Amino acid sequence: MADTIALSRRNFIVGAGATGLTIGILASCSQTTPEADAPDFSDLPPNPEVNAWVHIDHDDTVTVRIARSEMGQGTLTGLAQLVADELDADWDKVTTVYPTPGESLARERVWKDFATGGSQGVRGSQEYMREGAAAAKAMLIEAAANEWGVSAADCSSANSVITGPDGQTTTYGKVANAAAQLAPPLEVTVKDPSEWKIIGQPKQRLDTADKLIGKQVYGADFTMEGMLNASIKQAPKIGASLKSFDASAVENMPGVKKVVAVRNPFGEGNNAVAVIADTWWQANKALDALPVEWEGGVDFSTAEFEAELEDGLTADEAFIGNGGGDVAAAFENAAQIVEATYNMPLQNHACMEPMNTTALYTEDRCEVWCPTQNGEAALGAVADASGLPVEQCDVHKIHLGGGFGRRAMPDYVHLSVILAMEMPGTPIKLLWTREESMKHGYFHPTTKGRVRGALDADGNLTGVHMRISGQSILAALMPQFLQNGTDYATFQGLLPPGVDPRLEDQTLKYTLPNLLIDHAMRNPPVRPGFWRGVNLNQNAIYLECFMDEMAHAAGRDPLEFRMAHLQDSPEAAAVLQAVADKSGWGQDDGKARGLCVMYGFGAYVAACAEVTVSDDGELSIDRIVAATDPGYAVNPQQIEAQVEGSFVYGLSAMLYGEITYENGEVQERNFDTYDSMRIAAMPEVETIIMPSGGFWGGVGEPTIAVAAPAVLNAIFAATGKRVRQLPLKDQNLRDV
Amino acid sequence: MATLKINGETVTVDVDDDTPLLWAIREQVGLTGTKYGCGIAQCGTCTIHIDGSPVRSCVYPVGALTGEEEITTIEGLSEDASHPVQEAWAELDIPQCGYCQPGMIMAVAGMLNDTPNPTDEDIDAQITNICRCGTLARVRKGIKLAVEKA
Repeated sequence: MADTIALSRRNFIVGAGATGLTIGILASCSQTTPEADAPDFSDLPPNPEVNAWVHIDHDDTVTVRIARSEMGQGTLTGLAQLVADELDADWDKVTTVYPTPGESLARERVWKDFATGGSQGVRGSQEYMREGAAAAKAMLIEAAANEWGVSAADCSSANSVITGPDGQTTTYGKVANAAAQLAPPLEVTVKDPSEWKIIGQPKQRLDTADKLIGKQVYGADFTMEGMLNASIKQAPKIGASLKSFDASAVENMPGVKKVVAVRNPFGEGNNAVAVIADTWWQANKALDALPVEWEGGVDFSTAEFEAELEDGLTADEAFIGNGGGDVAAAFENAAQIVEATYNMPLQNHACMEPMNTTALYTEDRCEVWCPTQNGEAALGAVADASGLPVEQCDVHKIHLGGGFGRRAMPDYVHLSVILAMEMPGTPIKLLWTREESMKHGYFHPTTKGRVRGALDADGNLTGVHMRISGQSILAALMPQFLQNGTDYATFQGLLPPGVDPRLEDQTLKYTLPNLLIDHAMRNPPVRPGFWRGVNLNQNAIYLECFMDEMAHAAGRDPLEFRMAHLQDSPEAAAVLQAVADKSGWGQDDGKARGLCVMYGFGAYVAACAEVTVSDDGELSIDRIVAATDPGYAVNPQQIEAQVEGSFVYGLSAMLYGEITYENGEVQERNFDTYDSMRIAAMPEVETIIMPSGGFWGGVGEPTIAVAAPAVLNAIFAATGKRVRQLPLKDQNLRDV
Repeated sequence: MATLKINGETVTVDVDDDTPLLWAIREQVGLTGTKYGCGIAQCGTCTIHIDGSPVRSCVYPVGALTGEEEITTIEGLSEDASHPVQEAWAELDIPQCGYCQPGMIMAVAGMLNDTPNPTDEDIDAQITNICRCGTLARVRKGIKLAVEKA
């Protein structure tokens, strides 16, 4: 079998591609440095791969091929742990590499889906990767058994060493070549969780060492021989076009090579302008000095759209996401009706690394080097933009300086290719400014939620109607997934089972009588996107702040009130009870606490927040207790880091996050006007990881959703005031 | 033309005086550990040391340097990741995506140069870097561990 991956522990190596330009980029996760007395294998030809997932060097280095992207969530390390465990490999000699989407296509998509989102990195890959590793192990053992003339069944493996029936031993590196010649086993059995040795261990991430010394290369750092740099300005107003620009004003500035109008398929005709120069600083300085005029566009404003969202809250027509019983009768017969309206503004992903891609175009080949959450979507963008057959294109992935869903969209890849086509044969790195990345995002959709609840005279919940009004991601980006016009993804965390196989991991775990949850779709001319947690984030606010409101209206304890509706989900009840117990819920100690429990991305999560609010309305978030049951915990310390980090990302949105439009232009420019939580505001987070086994849930996203509701409920406990409008930044919490 | 003393070596860079030190370091010297995040001294990913003090290099013009200053980047903080901050960061496995971490590490190391035993209030006041993956809880623990290791 052809071994098409460039294998070396250096970061970049030029290999033998069709044009001599193929460059394999390693995920640079090597833990090992060569020892001085290490045996010399340089006279041996390199080992072929054992199979698509596993390559083993003569020195026993195991290289795991991984299609999913590393953007901080720890997926590479987690998947390497799965493979190493199943392979019985020496963990200290495990490293990872990204195959390219082009190589995968050429091998009938052997590496399967490259998309890295929906908290699918580990749970969506674990089965085929563990099976791949188990197959590789079987082949390695068979190769050793053949060499010894013994039965494979009489051999055992541990730490990359195979031991035969008479105590003879060999290493994986020595038999890898022979193993590669064998037919793969027809059937493999993966280990029972009770046999795991590496899975479940709090291993250090494989990429940590490089990230402490500035050695980790991100897309923005990538460089290659002869590369030029570019900065771009896209039409600031939605739908506007480039009217004119005066290149002569900047053409003689230092380093400037070319000033170009860019045909942007994501806007109207030519709607961007870019400067290509020797260095990025020169390109950006010239771009800033370039006289540009725009024309046309949409006069969209956030304030005007608020009225449409309001209208949707009471509109007659809405798509039903979940419902049962007789809601009208429940409200007719109610002793008490509670009603509240909440909102979720547009949010920018604000990845720390601004958007970028390096592209090299020639008339018969186009390749890009980029941080992407979806290598195959990026490959599609390269082919689309270049007009070349997909077989003549490829994408070399680089670790992401944050993704959060933004880098699932390939618009920035597309623009880079269009720019590279201006100078065939010259690699060009297009790096967006922070301001461009802020204005031209795919924002978290904006919705409002109005929830009405009916209580009987005994304080029992007898009916709920939740109306969601607002933006649909699927309508904008994937209309093929709408079902009779309904965007079920809008109802993340609120769905009944059986609606859509892709959303079985996003169902409502409360048992609620007489329920209606519906969606009045109101789409602004603003492109929405998948933002870490996606619709679970606002739905958790609508559901869990309202459960809190109803518990108080009923004169019941918010923990007890929730538990009364979790009888059908012991896992959800367990995470909620865990945070209540650890946080000191119910203690008469004067602490203001708030709870939240949700199910999303196949995991059960809960949080209890503890806050103080000063007399003049200043919020201090003092402590968070969080619990997560993701089924299996592949790397508990990494899960803890993701859970802790979810409070930074989720609470930053609650405190500061809001993209607003006036006259069709985004008003936020940079981190001065779109702030993010600093360490002074960061609470202590105590994380309880309680994997109950039997299912594979996600980690990177679900906890985002419980961050804001827990804090908002704690604010009520502190002040007696309900904060229902986000973000909090300009509000006095004692005067809302 | 400007002369920089960077990580113990003297280098000459051919840039306009108004070029931010960040871009001279990244594009002329070729040290890319120092990152661009905002360009307006808000996020701190570009933090380096000038004579041991943390500086946000994205707004520090090369022309403001005399050539005598000792500039330190993440690549020069230690020879083998042995600075107490780097060791603490490794022990607690702090980086997630890691893009902000060179700046975070340099900001913390710079703070510890002046304030070897920082209080929580010192940390709150002096460490204002942004981390979107959310390593902030571990960063505070890491600072305290680095103090122990120093």
